[in-house]
Amino acid sequence: MSAPLSIAIRGAGVVGLWQALTLARRGHRVTLTERSTERLADACSPYAGAMLAPRCEEESAEPIVREFGERGIALWKASYPGIVAKGSLVVAPPRDRALLDRFARMTQGAERLDSEALAALEPELGPRFGTALYYPGEAHLNPNAALTFLFEEIEKAGVVLQLDTSEAPQGADLVIDCRGLAAKDALPTLRGVRGERVVVRAPEITINRPVRLLHPRFPLYLVPWGDGLFMLGATVIESEDAGPATLRSALELLSAAYALDPAFGEAEILALGAGVRPAFPDNRPRIIPSRGYIYVNGLYRHGFLLAPVLAELVADYVDTGAVDPEVFVADPAQR
Amino acid sequence: MLELYGKRFTSRMLLGTAGYSSPDILRQAVEASSAEIVTVSLRRESARARTGQGFWSLIEELGCRVLPNTAGCHTAKEAIATAQMARELFGTNWIKLEVIANDDTLQPDLFGLVEAATVLTAEGFDVLPYTTEDLSAAERLVAAGCSVLMPWASPIGSARGLINKTALQSMRAYFPDTPLIIDAGIGTPSHASEAMEMGYDAVLLNTAVAKAGDPVKMAEAFAKAVEAGRLAFEAGLIEPRDMASPSTPVAGTPFFKIDHAS
Repeated sequence: MSAPLSIAIRGAGVVGLWQALTLARRGHRVTLTERSTERLADACSPYAGAMLAPRCEEESAEPIVREFGERGIALWKASYPGIVAKGSLVVAPPRDRALLDRFARMTQGAERLDSEALAALEPELGPRFGTALYYPGEAHLNPNAALTFLFEEIEKAGVVLQLDTSEAPQGADLVIDCRGLAAKDALPTLRGVRGERVVVRAPEITINRPVRLLHPRFPLYLVPWGDGLFMLGATVIESEDAGPATLRSALELLSAAYALDPAFGEAEILALGAGVRPAFPDNRPRIIPSRGYIYVNGLYRHGFLLAPVLAELVADYVDTGAVDPEVFVADPAQR
Repeated sequence: MLELYGKRFTSRMLLGTAGYSSPDILRQAVEASSAEIVTVSLRRESARARTGQGFWSLIEELGCRVLPNTAGCHTAKEAIATAQMARELFGTNWIKLEVIANDDTLQPDLFGLVEAATVLTAEGFDVLPYTTEDLSAAERLVAAGCSVLMPWASPIGSARGLINKTALQSMRAYFPDTPLIIDAGIGTPSHASEAMEMGYDAVLLNTAVAKAGDPVKMAEAFAKAVEAGRLAFEAGLIEPRDMASPSTPVAGTPFFKIDHAS
């Protein structure tokens, strides 16, 4: 590699954390700055579903998400022992089976399960849905535990964390801007896409892997966080409002969860909240290098999945100048 | 030319902007469709603080006429409030009026629709109501001031096409001079052609393009189908018959055959 550089990273969400960790592990001197006074107070990362589902996501995402996403899972597995790799499931109510066919058509690598095979994986869902799509290579994690882990790891790797710091760092050899939607001041085509999610406790429900329930208007996904906790998500609303979840969204998510398993009627609601995902008009992530300053942004719904991959790509660029044309954008008009 | 509320359009296809995988795919689909009018649904919570501006700016960049809609409103009151916000936000008097009777079927609430249309036209809106093929409701809407009617072909998103053709033909015949746009239920380009062959003035669709395997290509397919159907209507279709009717003159050929096998 090249000589160690002094690198400042702006924004301590999942993108900035992975970026800091990756560069510090490669021997660079890294400072991570964050505008909020407390960790993750202004980040959208804690509101993520943190499904690592590159194949399912291809239903509505560009092929790059699948291609990079497979590497994302491998990078998480190599670093984070808390990752759960049990695949993921997609189900639909009987009258919306057409949506299941469409989902299979738009994605790759699904196994079609019958009632028995579904029951073998998830006993509570088998009889209710009769059929499902199973994506065996997918994984998930609890975003809060994973973020805590990343903070611990960057400390071990020697990263200096500076909270309550909004201004651009001075004196570093290189600045990497991972501020998400806050970078809109410099990236005018960036927009926010609101996502609301609910966290519930339902210790009597056993579901072992993420489940997507398809519906023409109220799609739901459920991620088991362990210890009886489940995350229900997430709305996709073209809005930059980071305010509290609306009653309508809460109703949609909660009634979809109830439809998935009526036992959720007894669950306790622990948290209701919203985050705003940063996205470019094509919903593809971008790395935008300029002299001494690199933007990494637009991870949209795929922050946890793609953050480690983009961190590697940026680190490769820093060390060798290698550029992956899929995500590197040099044209300032594309910002 | 299609004329709606004094504005003229070359394209007879209106495209909805919901459900695309990205605003960029939406842009490409709109370009491929040659649509000149796009519908946008407004959530009131994003209107209040203009937090939806990021997406709306991208819609405005399409260069189409924006037709805001009141999707998801269940009462006339909600629909009126949404229309007023849309007017302020998009600077247009045009409103696609939807009042939904039932979340499950998404059937229009014809009573609420007439109520809201009456109030909105009085406030100077140009109302394009999403209605059924019911003629009495259509008459009330026209009486309320609607100069355009948008009957469904089948329920929203169902992709079933024209499920009540006889009634849609009656409606066309009953309102020969009112622009009629088929809104909802179109699943395939042939459905769109069929509506245009019937003499409908335009077709509005969303899901059939947004959720297609390749939305951009499907938008182009629909544009061609709409154009073909319109041309066919203008050309005049032949009447179906029960008997074969040879296209080649039969003079000089024997009109009965002798069966040599017997």
